[in-house]
Amino acid sequence: MKTCLVVDDSRVIRKIACRILQDLSYETEEAENGIMALESCRRRMPDVILLDWQMPQMTGIEFLRALRSEASGHHPVVVFCTTENDVVHITEALGAGADEYIMKPFDREIIEAKFAEVGLVMAQR
Amino acid sequence: MNQQDFAYLADVLRRRSGLMLTEKKTHLVESRLVPVMRRFGFRDVGSLLKELHYGHEALVQAVIEAMTTNDSSFFRDRKTFEEFRDIVLPTLMVDRAESKHLRIWCAACAAGQEPYSVAMILEDFKLLAKGWTITLIATDINSQMITRAQEGLYSQFEVQRGLPIRRLVGNFMQEGTNWRISDSLRRMVTFRTFNLLDSFGWLPDLDVIFCRNVLMYFDHKTRLSVFDRIGDVLAQDGALLVGPAELVSGLTIGYAPSEGAPGLYYKTEPVPLHRRAAGQRLDRIPA
Repeated sequence: MKTCLVVDDSRVIRKIACRILQDLSYETEEAENGIMALESCRRRMPDVILLDWQMPQMTGIEFLRALRSEASGHHPVVVFCTTENDVVHITEALGAGADEYIMKPFDREIIEAKFAEVGLVMAQR
Repeated sequence: MNQQDFAYLADVLRRRSGLMLTEKKTHLVESRLVPVMRRFGFRDVGSLLKELHYGHEALVQAVIEAMTTNDSSFFRDRKTFEEFRDIVLPTLMVDRAESKHLRIWCAACAAGQEPYSVAMILEDFKLLAKGWTITLIATDINSQMITRAQEGLYSQFEVQRGLPIRRLVGNFMQEGTNWRISDSLRRMVTFRTFNLLDSFGWLPDLDVIFCRNVLMYFDHKTRLSVFDRIGDVLAQDGALLVGPAELVSGLTIGYAPSEGAPGLYYKTEPVPLHRRAAGQRLDRIPA
């Protein structure tokens, strides 16, 4: 079973995302900011990270840069999932090593489609 | 809606658009007719259907458009586009190297996601920059969909279904919460409202035809007629791409599936006229 770390400071968003991912046969873990996400990754690197941008203590983009600079040999797929829906943010995320980008609000269909883009689930459509 | 009204509506739709209605869909049909009823000022669906008897053309067209299914997404059924990119296009680039002209038709393009997906792949190959001429025609029976397709403006939800984020930022411009297709891709496509029951005579000879997720709504006879007429406009070495769940072989004798590529068909050798079943070469389904 593949693992997904859901990083978002909103408990509700984490809950919704986890429910969708579990339905897609993912084992999920949660973190509410970048620092907690980095700690989680050092304990056990997930296959994929669903990542919010604006979070207290350490933002999503800061977390991503820190993650990609770590020489762990792991390269989990990172999918941003954020309300920062403009080209500038998207370009910055891709430049920092994000693999895909979901613009909130999202639903199961969007998560499924975006995960399919990076080869994580079979495309349903 | 009573049985008689339903039967009449089903008959009009079948004759005018090829669409089949089954009585299981009565509730869906009624809910789709409500906006048409309001637009034309009818009190109820029954009054609207009565008016249909008089052949009011704008009303007939509005009813047909209300009944069409327009759900689509960019790169829908990814495998089809992989086949186009990896099999069809490279072969044609060799076979058409002299003329440097590719002619492609998306026969039921809804709001334009399919032809724009095709255009993005063509742009990946930098065909225009290499001096190729691209004729990319996209049609749909629904004129409102054609208008939308020409505008090339999509919601945030629509651009997140099937479109990789790099393609989004590379090929669209953001307008508020919507995204507009780039001018270069929009210029590559010629859109036109077109009913698949009408004559294909205006179409040029074609190298690739996308006819996906539309013939499933037609009855057997109409499907035969469309496939047969597609054969008339498709080049002998041209490719036909249908939906992965749609079968062409067995339905008509003019096509053979491409091994290992679901939904991709090539024409078989030209079929002598005497082998064609009567009624298979209709230019239009008789009323």
